Amino acid sequence: MTTTALPPLTKKDFQTDQEVRWCPGCGDYAILAAVQAVFPDLGIPRENFVVVSGIGCSSRFPYYMNTFGFHSIHGRAPAVASGIKITHPELEVWVATGDGDALAIGGNHTIHLLRRNVGVKILLFNNRIYGLTKGQYSPTSEFHKVTKSTPYGSPDRPFNPVSLAIGAEATFVARSVDIFQAHLKDTLKAAAAHQGSAFVEILQNCNIFNDGAWIDLTEKDARSEHVIQLEHGKPLIFGKNRDKGIRRKDDGDIEVVHLGNGVTESDLIVHDAHHPRPSYAFLLSHMEHRPGFPTPLGVFRAWDSLPRYEDVINEQVRDIISKKGAGDLNQLLRAGDTWEVK
Amino acid sequence: MDVPAGKTKREVIEQAVIRFAGDSGDGMQITGSQFTNTVALYGNDIATFPDYPAEIRAPAGTEPGVSGFQLNFSSAEVHTPGDAIDVLIAMNPAALKVNIADLQANGILIVNSDSFKEGDLRKARLSTNPLEDHSLDKFRVFPVELQRLTRSALQHLGLDAKAMDRCKNFFALGMCYWLYNRSTDPTVRWIEDKFKKKPLLAEANKLAMKAGYSYCEATEAFQISYEIPPAQLSPGFYRNLSGNQALALGFVTAAKKSGLRLFLGSYPITPASDILHELSHYKNFDVLTFQAEDEIAAITSSIGASYAGALALTTTSGPGMALKTEALGLAVMTELPLVICDIQRGGPSTGLPTKTEQADLLQAMFGRNSEAPIPVLAPSTPGDCFWVAVEACRIALKYMVPVIILSDGYLANGAEPWRIPKEEEIPAIPVKFATDPESFMPYKRNPDTLARPWAVPGTKGLEHRIGGLEKQDVSGNINYEPLNHENMVRIRAAKIDAIVQDIPNVLPAGDPEGDLLIVSWGSTYGAITQSVKSQRAKGRKIGHLHLRHLNPLPANVGDVLKRYKKVLVAELNMGQLRWMLRAKYLVDAAGLNKIQGRPFKQAELDQKIEEMLGL
Repeated sequence: MTTTALPPLTKKDFQTDQEVRWCPGCGDYAILAAVQAVFPDLGIPRENFVVVSGIGCSSRFPYYMNTFGFHSIHGRAPAVASGIKITHPELEVWVATGDGDALAIGGNHTIHLLRRNVGVKILLFNNRIYGLTKGQYSPTSEFHKVTKSTPYGSPDRPFNPVSLAIGAEATFVARSVDIFQAHLKDTLKAAAAHQGSAFVEILQNCNIFNDGAWIDLTEKDARSEHVIQLEHGKPLIFGKNRDKGIRRKDDGDIEVVHLGNGVTESDLIVHDAHHPRPSYAFLLSHMEHRPGFPTPLGVFRAWDSLPRYEDVINEQVRDIISKKGAGDLNQLLRAGDTWEVK
Repeated sequence: MDVPAGKTKREVIEQAVIRFAGDSGDGMQITGSQFTNTVALYGNDIATFPDYPAEIRAPAGTEPGVSGFQLNFSSAEVHTPGDAIDVLIAMNPAALKVNIADLQANGILIVNSDSFKEGDLRKARLSTNPLEDHSLDKFRVFPVELQRLTRSALQHLGLDAKAMDRCKNFFALGMCYWLYNRSTDPTVRWIEDKFKKKPLLAEANKLAMKAGYSYCEATEAFQISYEIPPAQLSPGFYRNLSGNQALALGFVTAAKKSGLRLFLGSYPITPASDILHELSHYKNFDVLTFQAEDEIAAITSSIGASYAGALALTTTSGPGMALKTEALGLAVMTELPLVICDIQRGGPSTGLPTKTEQADLLQAMFGRNSEAPIPVLAPSTPGDCFWVAVEACRIALKYMVPVIILSDGYLANGAEPWRIPKEEEIPAIPVKFATDPESFMPYKRNPDTLARPWAVPGTKGLEHRIGGLEKQDVSGNINYEPLNHENMVRIRAAKIDAIVQDIPNVLPAGDPEGDLLIVSWGSTYGAITQSVKSQRAKGRKIGHLHLRHLNPLPANVGDVLKRYKKVLVAELNMGQLRWMLRAKYLVDAAGLNKIQGRPFKQAELDQKIEEMLGL
């Protein structure tokens, strides 16, 4: 990443003249605003940003960002982004995708980008529904959910995007919410600071086809009981009165405990986002499925010691060039056994 | 090839066809390619036909497991691996059974007699031993105890029996070198390099080969040996090259000539994988090879690389092409340069993975949703693959379009002597990136080529958005208006049509007008050339139009078709080029169509030509 000495960029620099065509009230507006607010502060020249997307409501994102943008085909944004990043590692490549785009049709590309640790940032807008095709269930829709294509309830078990990303051993995995602007911006900044692959699930409301998708986590009264904020180096505490926490059990599992009666903060797990192995982060990502456990928000995992794929692959090229010398075409064409006809 | 009685003598002949056949684990492809390399180095013209099963190791000793390698080498020009074979080396009864029909009467048959025990015969589903039942009486049969002789040559090395038996193909190769008076030196060099880290195995293979050579010398088994003088090829330096190697070299050359990084996104598939293998060695040419997670990621990563300013390509075969279809449309829509190699194989579906076919032509032409024209080129020989690769890159970069190369399994694995060009002989491929924000519009076109500018991320002031949605011309903004859409569809078509300005008019080989024109494309070039030559030698008025550019077609194809009384389109499919020519030129073309996973034989072409001429 190069820094620039030119006049600082502002949010306005990242807005386009294109009319934004999301439904009024869509959570995508909030995400767009947060990204446009964060990009100017990253110290990266605007021409080095590339926003890549697939298909779906979220994938209109590049049109509204005044950067280089590529609106590709359904599910393939991670592969397009990989090609860009491998060719030009100095570019700052972000992918905007949705739960269908990234986890159904493009699931394969998502996990492989993360496995390789390509230095691309993936923003997964998760509204647990297919919006652009008007209301079918998605890979993150709840079991038994009634949608346009499941009038008797969905028979599918949903993916947990964070678990999936950690399972693919992504080096940065975080979760935020469209309407929590400050939290979202902080999360995006943390993702931007990460050199390797960064995967951010953004819980997003679709007020047309799945209104209240995340209401348990966003409604003021319920929020503090259902959400736990992950902060590196801080104990795992939640609850309206901050009187509950997550404790490690002897068998390695975790449990929810009430503080008091001999249980103190020092008994709780201190969040370690920098752990080199993904198993702890995976355990965290899975707790929301268990009764009585909260849903974590924030950075699950930020372990940045793995070399980026684009660096490995380009380093190999540089290494071979320094060993063999830059290729000589005449030599290449005449390699191996040759003979002359006079 | 009559055998005179008496002592060993040497006879000079013009040409020979030899086929090595054995189990897919017997090393027949190595044996064949070593023999090929040696005779090519000596200066013979060659054409090869490796033919192997899709299974890596089908049950040993059975017919489906037979792997073959055929070579035609000559002191004159050759165009095909040959219809009938002069020498067959059969490592087991199954190999004998599968291949014996192609051996000429009085041809030489070398068999490994150690592998004709009852169990071996049973595996090959033979009820009697062909070495004893007189079914081979019309051939010159040389039963050789390859296994026993190889073992006794190697016994002092301390290898186990299995390892010794693995060297018996080199014993057979040594025999063939004696038979054709060829030096074992090139193969010795190859063995030493190949087994650099396993000196014992290097020694064993060298010894086995020498033993085979000495066996012929000592036993005078053949009574005769042959000499095929070098061919009179045009002056220059030559090397032996397969089609896939030639494509790889062509792409590196095009990258160098255009000053771009080369990016290959690919997913392994037979028979295209060798292009990936080759290019992965050329990293010192700034070549990036990306083995993607699937066929779709292979092409879409290439599209990303192209967007970022690389010379991008993707390589595949028919089933992979099917998966890449949607992404091809994206490349058409975003008007980015990209080269797609489809190394065709028998289909549909998984079909015949290791066999050749030309049945992806219409897929290449039309296999996309909506109106999505793409230029299509087809190489005619293994060496021509090099030039087609360069030409495809040139078109892609000049017109900002994806370009499809249709090669096939026969060209991919077949080899021929290739005259090595000098770097200076190959014209530069000019590339101009957009840099000026003042006049920049993403879809503002070059009036001659209709190409849009190539504006690479990282270029200040050129921030813009592209994608698969229909766009307004010039501005590139999303646009759904009816007339704009029609305009854009017509522009994309006109852009492909404009390429015709770079395609020279075609000149048929043979008679410029006459009774019959044979039209063909791709790998059938050699067989048809040979057939047309022999037919014209008999005084028949025949022309041969071999098309390299299939979309757009050269401007004068329609005129050429009219100069002959009859038109025959010969292709390894159900008549796809014929269909195109009939549709475009309203010509009453007949077809010669073969769909057997094998190339044409000259006899098949001769027969059809004579039938069309009423002979």
